[in-house]
Order: sequence, then C-alpha cells, then structure tokens
Amino acid sequence: MTAPARLADYVLLAAGLWLGWMLLFQWAGPEALSPPGATFARAGELLTSAPFWAHVMATGLAFGLGCVVALIGGLLLGLALGAHRLSGQVGEPILSSLYSIPKITLYPVILLVFGLGISAKVAFGALHGIFPVALFTIGALKNTSPALVKTARVLRLSPVETARTVLLPAALPEIITGLRIGLSATLLGTLIGELFASDQGIGFILIRAMEAHKVTDIMALTLLLFAFAAAANMLLLAVERRTHRR
Amino acid sequence: MTRVRLIQLGIVGAVIAVLELLCRAGVIDRFTMIPPSEMLLALGNVVTSAPWFWSDLSYTLGNLAAAIALSVLGGFLIGLVVHAVPRLRRVLDPIFTAYYSIPTFVLYPLLIVVFGIGPASLIVLGALFGIVAMIVATVTAIDRIPRVLMKVARVGRLGPIRTALLMKLPAASPHLMTGLRLAVAYSVIGIIAGEFILSTQGIGRRLALAYNNFDNKTMYALLVLILAFAIAVNAALGAIEQALHRRWYRA
Repeated sequence: MTAPARLADYVLLAAGLWLGWMLLFQWAGPEALSPPGATFARAGELLTSAPFWAHVMATGLAFGLGCVVALIGGLLLGLALGAHRLSGQVGEPILSSLYSIPKITLYPVILLVFGLGISAKVAFGALHGIFPVALFTIGALKNTSPALVKTARVLRLSPVETARTVLLPAALPEIITGLRIGLSATLLGTLIGELFASDQGIGFILIRAMEAHKVTDIMALTLLLFAFAAAANMLLLAVERRTHRR
Repeated sequence: MTRVRLIQLGIVGAVIAVLELLCRAGVIDRFTMIPPSEMLLALGNVVTSAPWFWSDLSYTLGNLAAAIALSVLGGFLIGLVVHAVPRLRRVLDPIFTAYYSIPTFVLYPLLIVVFGIGPASLIVLGALFGIVAMIVATVTAIDRIPRVLMKVARVGRLGPIRTALLMKLPAASPHLMTGLRLAVAYSVIGIIAGEFILSTQGIGRRLALAYNNFDNKTMYALLVLILAFAIAVNAALGAIEQALHRRWYRA
C-alpha cells in the first residue's frame, strides 16, 4: 500500500474517532463526558505539571521492574518448557489456564504476601505479564523447524548453546510478539495495583479523580494512558515486523 | 487418561499439597493464607449458609451471560461487516492490533459515569473486553475458509443462504470457536474485575468486601470458586476448540 493511502486511512480513523467522541458527548452530556477539546487541553496541562510527573515516575518504576521480572521469568519458563516436548505438553495448558483467570481476584493475596507498597505493584504487574511471554515463547519454540534442532544435535551443541545460537534466533519474531503482549499486560497489572492500594502513581490519581467525580481529569488521564499504550505497542510492532522480514 | 493428563494432575496436586503442608506447619501464617483444605470447607459453608450467596452468584452469572452474548454476537456481526468492507478493515486494523495492549479497565470509571453503578456498566465493561477478540477471530475465520469449498458450493448450485449455513459456517467454526473462548475468558475477567473495583453486588464485590474485613475464610472460599469456574470454562471451551481444529486441519 502506498504511503498517501495509509495516511488517508489514519486521517479517516482519527476523524471517525473524533466524530464518535462528539456524538457520545452529545448523547451523554457534560455530566458524564468531557468534549475532545477540553480533554486534550487538560491532558496538556497535566503533561506540564511537576506533580503529575512524580506520579508518572512512580508508575514507571513499578512498571519497569514488573517488566523485567515478567520478561526474564517468562522467557526462562518458556525456554525450559518449550525446549522439551513432554514438559511443553504438560506445562502449556496449565499456563494458559493461569493466563485466563481473572487475576484481579489474586490481588488481595498479593497484598497479604507482599504488603502495601511498590513490591506488591511490581508483583502484580509481573503476574499479568509472565504468562503471555511464557506461552508465546513455548509456541515459538514448538514452531521451530525440526531440521534446525536436528542440526544442533548433529553439531553436538550443549543445551545452553542450542538455546542461544539456534532456538532463540529462530523463535525471535514470535517471542517479540509475546514480549509486546506481556508488556501491555504488565502495564495493566501495575495500573490495577495502583487503583486499590497505593498513595502515588497514575492509577492512584485516576481513582482519586473518579472519587471526586472530575470527569475531565478521568478522560484526560485515560487519553494519556491510551496514547502511551498505543505508542509503545506501535513501536514494538515495528520491531516485530523487522524481525519477521529477516 | 493420557500420560500428559496424569502428570498435570500430579503437578497441580503436588502444589496444593505443598501449600497445605506449609500452611499447617506455620511457614505461611494464617493471616496470609489458610490451608487449601480449609478453603474448600469454607467454600462449602459459604454455599450452604451464607444468605447472600445465591443472589450475588446469580447477579454475577446474569451479567456475565449478557456480556458474553453481547461480545460474541456483536463481535461476529461486526466481524462480518469488517470483512466485507476492505477499506474499513484497513482503517480499523491498528485499533485491533493495539486494543489488548490498552488497559481497558481505565474505561470503567467512565462507564460508571455514563451508565451508573449497576449491571449496565458491568455488562458493557465485560462486553468491551471480549468483543474485539471475537471480531478479529471472525475476520480470521472467514479468511481461512478454503476456496475449494466455495467452488464445491457453486458446483452443487447451493443458494447464498445454504452456502453460508452448510459450507461457510462449518468451515469457519474452528476459528470462531477460538474467538468464542477468548471472548468468554475476557468477559469473565471484565465482569469480575468490574465488580471487584466498584459495584454494589456480585461475587467479585463479595471478594473485595471479605478482603477489606480481613475475613480470610470467605475471601479464599470465593477465590477458589472464581478460579475453579474460570479454569473449568476455559478448559471445556478449549477442548471443543481443539476437537474442531483437529477435524478441519488434520483429517
């Protein structure tokens, strides 16, 4: 597809979203929604205020640590289960049912185990992200061509060498898909963690705005979160497409 | 029962046994977790003697059924439209790929403002969670219908309705089933989470209440109930899905 056509598509999408927002605003009224203009203005105000950035840093720190735990843990788990046929068959269904449970119900348990504070947020974020990363890694290894694995065996590579030089490069594109989904799940988990038991962070100011019924604040924060998540997603999607093309 | 199933049962059993031992031995204190056997007993107690149990359960299940119906039917219909209009599909594609990377829960405050606290905002939250999985699965499912089947339909001179019902629908069923399973799983997550965050009734609400009141027995009882329900539903739908995939792609 040509660049102008793609640009036209994006413009069309933006116009459609804007129109939908306006119509929804007309229907629901200013009590329930804030119009696009005011929301963008408020989002701009937030972006230039110092206290807001302190909350961003708090969320960012918990999110970053959660990502590290989820990515490393998920990759190791996925490699361990995916490299061996039987353990993959046994482990994958267990992981996928853990992935499908409403993890929010485990939040009280996380709080009881980790106590209030950043460690609970990190743990809850990582809990969301670790399963998709592990599942995509297992799937990626399962789809690796058997010829590659046989070649590694013929060359008498050790398990660690096989993982590093054969399996990981071959499975990289799908693993990156897993990382993308894992990152967004971790963000979700971190934010939910902040909604309940926290005294700083984006989730905290969101729930505070909700309690005080500040509609414009809620919408502006939602907008910023959407923008951040969509931007991060597009970035990783671009990386993913590049590795696929190789 | 296959060897894989046996090993899985063994692992799950071992995890539960270890938790039980750790709790009994006092390594995990009772304020953090009660032994799994007591969780089951507490669940039995809640089911038989808690006055709120059945009304809250039916509230949750009713909302869940509505959310699933909305997301599956709505997702299927939107999927048909999106597939039929290539331009629309191209325009919406970035939304579909980015959708599950966006924390949908942040919409819940807005939904409460629009619909008020009650079933409507919960159902919409659950449906919003599930619908995009169903749309994407529907589009994929139609894409994957083998071309040869359409030729067979033309040779057999089937009308459009019979082609859709006898050829397209069965051939699309494996991927539609994947969408259904995901939509159900996401709707469960959405409904329970919504109840947990802010609601007046429901099992998720009861779980949050029990946690706030340090009522560990009720909390773990409900936790076991919700997790068992989610896992059982997912496993049942997953089994149907795999049977359909096998039938269409390996035979």
